[in-house]
Amino acid sequence: MKLTSWVLIFLACNLAFSTISAFRLSRSQPTERISGSAGDVLDDNPVGRLKVFVYELPSKYNKKILQKDPRCLTHMFAAEIYMQRFLLSSPVRTLNPEEADWFYVPVYTTCDLTPNGLPLPFKSPRMMRSAIQLIASNWPYWNRTEGADHFFVVPHDFGACFHYQEEKAIGRGILPLLQRATLVQTFGQRNHVCLKEGSITVPPYAPPQKMQSHLIPGKTPRSIFVYFRGLFYDVGNDPEGGYYASDDVLFVKNGHRGARAAVWENFKDNPLFDISTEHPTTYYEDMQRAIFCLCPLGWAPWSPRLVEAVIFGCIPVIIADDIVLPFADAIPWEDIGVFVDEKDVPYLDTILTSIPPEVILRKQRLLANPSMKQAMLFPQPAQPGDAFHQVLNGLARKLPHDRSVYLRAGEKLLNWTAGPVADLKPW
Amino acid sequence: MKLLSAFRSSYLNRRGTTFRSLDPSSFDGGFIPKPSPSSIFWLAIHCLCCLISLILGFRFSHLVLFFLFSTSVTNLYTTTAGVSQLLKLKPLEKANVTAKSSRVVVGRHGIRIRPWPHPNPVEVMRAHQLLERVQKEQKSLYGVRSPRAVIAVTPTYVRTFQALHLTGVMHSLMLVPYDVVWIVVEAGGKSNETASFVGKSRLKTIHVGFDQKMPNTWEDRRRVESKMRIQGLRIVREEKLDGVVMFADDSNMHSMEFFDEIQNVKWFGAVSVGILAHSGNAEEMVMSMDKRREMEEEESSSLSSLPVQGPACNATDKLIGWHVFNTLPYAGKSAVYIDDVAAVLPQKLEWCGFVLNSRILWDEAESKPEWVKEFGLLNENEGVESPLSLLNDPSMVEPLGSCGRQVLLWWLRVEARADSKFPPGWIIDPPLDITVAAKRTPWPDVPPEPPTKKKDQMSLSQGNTVVTIPKQHQQQQQQQQQRASKVRKPKRRSKRSKHEAKPTDTTTQVSSSTKHHQERN
Repeated sequence: MKLTSWVLIFLACNLAFSTISAFRLSRSQPTERISGSAGDVLDDNPVGRLKVFVYELPSKYNKKILQKDPRCLTHMFAAEIYMQRFLLSSPVRTLNPEEADWFYVPVYTTCDLTPNGLPLPFKSPRMMRSAIQLIASNWPYWNRTEGADHFFVVPHDFGACFHYQEEKAIGRGILPLLQRATLVQTFGQRNHVCLKEGSITVPPYAPPQKMQSHLIPGKTPRSIFVYFRGLFYDVGNDPEGGYYASDDVLFVKNGHRGARAAVWENFKDNPLFDISTEHPTTYYEDMQRAIFCLCPLGWAPWSPRLVEAVIFGCIPVIIADDIVLPFADAIPWEDIGVFVDEKDVPYLDTILTSIPPEVILRKQRLLANPSMKQAMLFPQPAQPGDAFHQVLNGLARKLPHDRSVYLRAGEKLLNWTAGPVADLKPW
Repeated sequence: MKLLSAFRSSYLNRRGTTFRSLDPSSFDGGFIPKPSPSSIFWLAIHCLCCLISLILGFRFSHLVLFFLFSTSVTNLYTTTAGVSQLLKLKPLEKANVTAKSSRVVVGRHGIRIRPWPHPNPVEVMRAHQLLERVQKEQKSLYGVRSPRAVIAVTPTYVRTFQALHLTGVMHSLMLVPYDVVWIVVEAGGKSNETASFVGKSRLKTIHVGFDQKMPNTWEDRRRVESKMRIQGLRIVREEKLDGVVMFADDSNMHSMEFFDEIQNVKWFGAVSVGILAHSGNAEEMVMSMDKRREMEEEESSSLSSLPVQGPACNATDKLIGWHVFNTLPYAGKSAVYIDDVAAVLPQKLEWCGFVLNSRILWDEAESKPEWVKEFGLLNENEGVESPLSLLNDPSMVEPLGSCGRQVLLWWLRVEARADSKFPPGWIIDPPLDITVAAKRTPWPDVPPEPPTKKKDQMSLSQGNTVVTIPKQHQQQQQQQQQRASKVRKPKRRSKRSKHEAKPTDTTTQVSSSTKHHQERN
């Protein structure tokens, strides 16, 4: 008798909870659920599934750098700083390194800014190397696995290759000392030297408060077909100058592999394309009035426009060959965005106008899903489902560690003297 | 450190290549060391180029380089922006650049431009269809769930400004994205003028006549208009029309948001109306503004000077009262007759600021709230001043437009003089006289005499107004005198107010050429 009554109570509670959750879903705008390739993983909670130990590095690796230049808190590479702050107060943090699954090294390698605000990566390899030497000598955990259960946040243009020019970055390759570590980076391109197997791709930092404050009512009709604001020819921002010649060819070092210039040349007269280099104060509002937002590659394939487009419900048109988008294993980007090959840029208008309306509406419904928008943001304080949690989810999915992570006694896999000679100098 | 050394070496290279690049023989690939007379010669050329650059103001050698390259640059790189950037070019680091096979390449693909980079009209059409579809979806998501028909009740009558006013209302109603039923009640009976407007609108219309003629004082007009509106509401009741009833006075102007907002009304709603009390006399407006400011200072702005009439709410958005237009500054100086050049003031609460659910007017009491009077039992002779008299409890009115904060329509009363005439249907038949000779046109000489035979046919009941402008030629002045003698000046009415329109512009003169009707207009 008692058992049946308990069963009845249990069933009643289930019913109540399911109706409450259904009610919540029906009240919001009709959205579609994001089911990624790994299932509905955006809503997973990482707490309890992993433990992270945060190394206590001297402040010259993090706090002092930030004090020297507080602009690092607002530029698109700020994820490294907020990641540390989040982890320090997160429930996944453990103070006991013996029970940790992952180790985090808080070093701000993207905070050496030019007067214009662009980060110079020239000292970053030495800084990283110095940090690793420090943790290798003060704690036994690095040598135990040679960094295979450590993760680093390297949000720079080409990740741990530490250069903004693609040719030079490819030439350098990933820092040898990070060959076994997990890298959390914004850069992602298939079959590229600077994307390691097992890296976690995150979105670039975009200020959540600023974007929230520019929201306009949803009933404002979307009247712009294609929208883009940004540079098409970026000679001024290259610290080393605009051009160089090699053999009989004059290379224009714009970084963007001609995609942005092609967009401008082909569509500057097209009334459907609202593209220009001006940066209006109504930039965020305009994105909310557009159907498509172009996200062509710049110096690196990724762009903060992707984050802005997702937040404002504008379908991102990604023009970057072989790009790996953030949290690609959790978010079905093919269903949400439009991918255009760089060689097809002159036919962008044909491509975009031939998309059937049902497909466009479905993409907009997927974009309207709040968990999608939350996954692109780094809010302070952290909220469930945001980018921090997606990173932890990604780390949790890699657990438990493979046997090969732990080195046998005396085994050495990393070459501490590899890389350019200048990188070996102490920092 | 490394950077500095790199810069230094590249600088040296650059210095060297500037020197070397001027040597045409070096373009053939590899450079051959020259004997010293030639090097002196090149040094001289270099000095010359430096001098020229000093004069021109930019690096002359870059221009030379550019022109050398431009002969062989393919159409991959065709912008003027590129030209200006090339002019800022830092010189080439390698000396063996051949003019024949140089290309400008951007990254991997170069800048691809299709041969005809202009929009394709079929694609533009498709894009617009996509935009429309997306906007339709947005409307269905964020707009009104189940839109109701809009029933517009308009009292009107035939007069000069009717065309102006009705066109405005007609266009506003035609733009409304919901179903519209337009009930036009016409004073003085149905007429062809109004019928033509109503027919043009392509809306569902009900055009009825009202047996009274429009009086000449504003006070009387308000009463007649109210009766006409009640007649319109009676039609709604009889036809059992379903929707939201709004009062579209023909001289008012409505915003499109007004029609979206009134869809939210449950039973009886009120919106804020902007009041444009216009008199046409600029002096007087200034005086009234000053007076208003004085009053404000005196009474510490207990009477607000905002030209708005509508619901007033407290902090929790509950209706607590009404905000009316402050008419005190106009006391004694407002228009009484429609010809008066003075401010036309609204009554305390204009009909146009209220909307109601048409079911309030229906007979059966199905789910009608108790605070609504039974419309069928309304006694008109008591005088229905404002729609609030349709209610038992005026406090149940719903304030719309974020509780009266949004002004969604504007009230205005502008009419021509009572004796003003206009061509019926605004079609000029027979054609007007020539009043200004086409003297300074490229046409061949036009005889200055206008055809006189047509003047005798101008005996219409509503004739034409003749605008005469002083001519420079004697003949035409004579003609004017001739014509003026045929014109009868209108009799001045003794009861008219002191503020008459004095013709301020001495070069124009409006005169009417027919009799002066009292009741008509």
